[in-house]
Amino acid sequence: MTAGSVTFDHVTKAFGATRAVHDVSITFPSHKIIGLIGPNGGGKSTSLKLMAGLMHPSAGSVRVDGLEARRGLCATVAFAPDAGAGYSFFTVAEMIGYYHSVFADFDPKRAEELRSFMDLPAAVRTGALSKGNQARLKIALTLARAAPLILMDEPLSGLDPLVRASIVRGLISFVDLDRQTVVISTHEVGEVEPLLDVVALMDRGRILAMEEVQGIQESGAGGLVGWMRRILVR
Amino acid sequence: MEPFSQNEPIYRQIMDRLCRAVVRGNLVPGERLPSVREMAVEFGVNPNTISRVYQELERLGVTETRRGQGCFLTDAERIATLRRELSRRAIDRLLTEMAAMGFSREEILRSVSDHLFGGDNP
Repeated sequence: MTAGSVTFDHVTKAFGATRAVHDVSITFPSHKIIGLIGPNGGGKSTSLKLMAGLMHPSAGSVRVDGLEARRGLCATVAFAPDAGAGYSFFTVAEMIGYYHSVFADFDPKRAEELRSFMDLPAAVRTGALSKGNQARLKIALTLARAAPLILMDEPLSGLDPLVRASIVRGLISFVDLDRQTVVISTHEVGEVEPLLDVVALMDRGRILAMEEVQGIQESGAGGLVGWMRRILVR
Repeated sequence: MEPFSQNEPIYRQIMDRLCRAVVRGNLVPGERLPSVREMAVEFGVNPNTISRVYQELERLGVTETRRGQGCFLTDAERIATLRRELSRRAIDRLLTEMAAMGFSREEILRSVSDHLFGGDNP
């Protein structure tokens, strides 16, 4: 049974002289919600794109359930990018139909549940949706897929508290951790803390630490924020 | 809902809240607890965290899982025991703190009694 476990083996991704990801070797556990946290520009987004098969490593390999991450991997990976997804002239309902036609694992019934859960108007063009509703739609489309690996790049960034709360609730209500693994990149650490099983801290292209959130809370490090600060300043 | 503290695992904080609800009588013996998913949405936490909560409550004998039906509170007897345990723990915390400040047992007893039933403050 595939479940979305991701392995980086000596992965480097260079853009010219800059190494966005620098010799990273790590295995992310499956059936968990994993937070990829750290300062902006640390390589989180690039790492997600590598997992999604949307970028290729300059060196090393990225595997999802043992398979090399390539573009064709989009059959097993549901990626919610940081930038907007889809065509602005489609209505919400058309977007759902479009995703249904593209992704074999897309469940239209679930999509409809998510649409109503997120309170999205079916007949409105996606380009005319508010920023918050565009963010909700992106998450709804991603969660309507039964893909083993779900990737969300900064899903809460720049959104108001109500929208952030509905996205968090949507994720909790619809993700199936018996079959799925979720990796969320974020710098809003405090807010996602109750969501995460595992956290990986990334800075300057390297993963500095990966731990169970429960262990961090038990250690009295002052939660994720305290833990992150302690590692980043040493 | 009250936010979680960052210095204790969330599963334990939820366990404490549920145990308090049981002892207060908000949840009654034999009652079915909400599903893992419902509880996760209610508390705004990862469903794995709630699974852990339910496992721990079962380990403590506070709940029992009936196959295919969900998670139920156990009988009144176990819950009466839980009530005594929680009371004892709360008293332990008070006594530890008072002892750390150098109060004698007699002083603690007198302060508590005065506080509860009025009388001259020490």
